[in-house]
Amino acid sequence: MRVTVRVFARLRDIVGASELVRDAAPGATIRGVWRDLASDYPELTAYERSISAAVNTEYAKMDRVIGDGDEVAFLPPVSGG
Amino acid sequence: MLAIGPETLDVQRTAAQLQGGGADGAVVTFVGLVRNHNAGRRVLYLEYEAYTPLALKSFERIADEIRTRWPGAQLALHHRVGRLEIGEASIVIVTASAHRADAFAACRYAIERVKQIAPIWKREFFEGGDVWIEGATADPDDQVARTHAERAACA
Repeated sequence: MRVTVRVFARLRDIVGASELVRDAAPGATIRGVWRDLASDYPELTAYERSISAAVNTEYAKMDRVIGDGDEVAFLPPVSGG
Repeated sequence: MLAIGPETLDVQRTAAQLQGGGADGAVVTFVGLVRNHNAGRRVLYLEYEAYTPLALKSFERIADEIRTRWPGAQLALHHRVGRLEIGEASIVIVTASAHRADAFAACRYAIERVKQIAPIWKREFFEGGDVWIEGATADPDDQVARTHAERAACA
């Protein structure tokens, strides 16, 4: 199945794009998508413990199972205000 | 009442969204500005970016939390994104309530929660380089963070 991955701020700089389409195995979790992405962009690894994630514009835990066509967003520590 | 976008912020415009119908006795305003220095660096300007749909949901969540904690208090919140120059407003928060204590507390709570859970990032351009500022790991269900915001609000 395929998911759309969105990355922001420093993560976007590392990946070199704000959005990309990734293949994921059925039953894959957010963490699985993240690790797969980090294997292609090793600089992401440093963020493993500090990122948040969202699925279809709702915050979600890393062990959440994702579905085909989901939008998965990875968010580095926030700094609004 | 809750918005995010590249438009210049205007306190009066944000405040005008809260119509108390005569029941409010206090309105508190917070305006966050782009500062010309940070961590010993001379800041030139900032660029803000957001995950807009989730940021708006985060603002709605903060408004819900405020309604629960301070019944009757209302929130209007506008956050700006894009390039912001020194002295420009990045955020305007206005709270209204029957009494000043709740309006002050809700306003402080709102900015603390924005900094904790809103998916918004600032990139600081300073003399000699630039850096993404990274604050809190956003987790809206983190009760410790929420309690921290509440303590700051009620200190």
